[in-house]
Amino acid sequence: MTMKVEEKLALNAMKNDTMSHILLDQGICAACKERMCIAVCPAHLYSLNEETGEMVVEYAGCLECGTCMIACIYGSITWDYPGGEFGVQYRYG
Amino acid sequence: MDKIDAIVVGGGLAGLSAAYRLADAGKQVILLERGDAPGSKNVTGGRIYVDPIRSYLPGVIDSAPFERHVVREMITVLDEGSGLQFEYGNEKWKKEPFMSHTVLRAKFDSWLADQAGAKGAFIIPRKKVDELLYEDGRVAGIRSGSEEIGAHIVIAADGALSFLAEKAGLRKPHRPENLAVAVKEIYQLDERTIEERFGLGPDEGVAGLFMGSVTRGMFGGGFLYTNRDTLSVGLVVGIDSLIHGAGGFDAPGLMEGFTGRPEVQRWIRGGELREYSAHVISEAGIGAIPKLYTGGMLVAGDAAGFALNLGLTVRGMEFAIASGVMAADTAVEALDANDLSENSLSRYGKRLRESFVLPDMETFRHSREVLDRQRFFTVYPRFICELFDELFTVGDKPKEGLYRTARRVAKKYVLNMETLKDLLAARKL
Repeated sequence: MTMKVEEKLALNAMKNDTMSHILLDQGICAACKERMCIAVCPAHLYSLNEETGEMVVEYAGCLECGTCMIACIYGSITWDYPGGEFGVQYRYG
Repeated sequence: MDKIDAIVVGGGLAGLSAAYRLADAGKQVILLERGDAPGSKNVTGGRIYVDPIRSYLPGVIDSAPFERHVVREMITVLDEGSGLQFEYGNEKWKKEPFMSHTVLRAKFDSWLADQAGAKGAFIIPRKKVDELLYEDGRVAGIRSGSEEIGAHIVIAADGALSFLAEKAGLRKPHRPENLAVAVKEIYQLDERTIEERFGLGPDEGVAGLFMGSVTRGMFGGGFLYTNRDTLSVGLVVGIDSLIHGAGGFDAPGLMEGFTGRPEVQRWIRGGELREYSAHVISEAGIGAIPKLYTGGMLVAGDAAGFALNLGLTVRGMEFAIASGVMAADTAVEALDANDLSENSLSRYGKRLRESFVLPDMETFRHSREVLDRQRFFTVYPRFICELFDELFTVGDKPKEGLYRTARRVAKKYVLNMETLKDLLAARKL
């Protein structure tokens, strides 16, 4: 009985901001072949929109680990913590 | 600008220990935490070793809300479809004073925040610190949104990512080879089931380590800790390994593969998944610690890169508590002398060198470089599993002598120059 990562994320206590705390530079993403953000994100929030060719990040499920920002050596990802009212609230940690 | 004595940024173990100590010394201290409560943004594996820190928070740490004291270490070496598990237990670990405890951070940190609050520290949640304020070239406070708070000293305990250390010019931007990502799941099981399943008495716990094919040859490993009525199960993988050696495996997929292994399922089956978390860990050791002080500012805990992975033992929380206390002691001394200059705060470095923190980091300077040798995650686990496989197998052909079997398997995997090189490298540990 395996759970999808989206189902796992749904178990977390989360308060979502209306604004994303993760911004992508689509110019840099367009030139990127590796797209390591997709593989490294534990919440699987990154994907490529096949129609527009743009990278998409679903900031709402973010676990706030910062792995994507560290992995993106091309510097496309501008990443800050969500504002003080928002984001994941770990109940176990 | 009006100034209070001290601002601590971050309600983790380093920040809370610093706030506790500052308040205990009679200083005005405000701790700003971006989560709903201290602990709500924090993740540990986790286990805490108490002997190193008992003297830093006297009378405090022994009444902490730990989960279980660890009485057994469990190591599982995994290959594709096979695994070898062994355990080490010691009766003395069942007697007080206990050496290490499993812990959950939401509960633990919020308890430590209560202790700091009782001493007079102001703990303010839901406040994200955005910028440092400067005066005469020295750090002199923080900005949070539109609010500015002045302070004679700022202690940055803002975690492994520490944007403040970077903003203050104390650390270069993070590099993938210096950090690992930990993915963790919490499974709920009732207390009795945990004790029966692991063969434990009340309050007793197990610490489990998994190595081999769970990381698909990448730097890292799995862990399992028994809490009171939950299990902490997770996987740690080097971020640069994930980038370069991914081979089609992403972080969630690796985690799914790990928890799906029968060697893990036997422990977690029937447990209800409660939380899915992730956090980065500094893996670079002393080579990647930032500058630890500048005029008006000190850096402590994960923010200072104080974490040590020795494969069998993984430590961070003791360093956080000890460095938080030492940062506070340095701050108290500097406040009393009315000298918050970089030179005055350099005593923090001296304190750290005279404690266990920097000496331990120094002793294990080469641990990452040694552990990063890929064969530790590929060839050796496979060798161990295949050796036992051959020793245990009875087939339709006449069985080869045990020594001959061992020599043949060893020849295939480990009797070569590469192993010799790994052994030579391991002398640095």
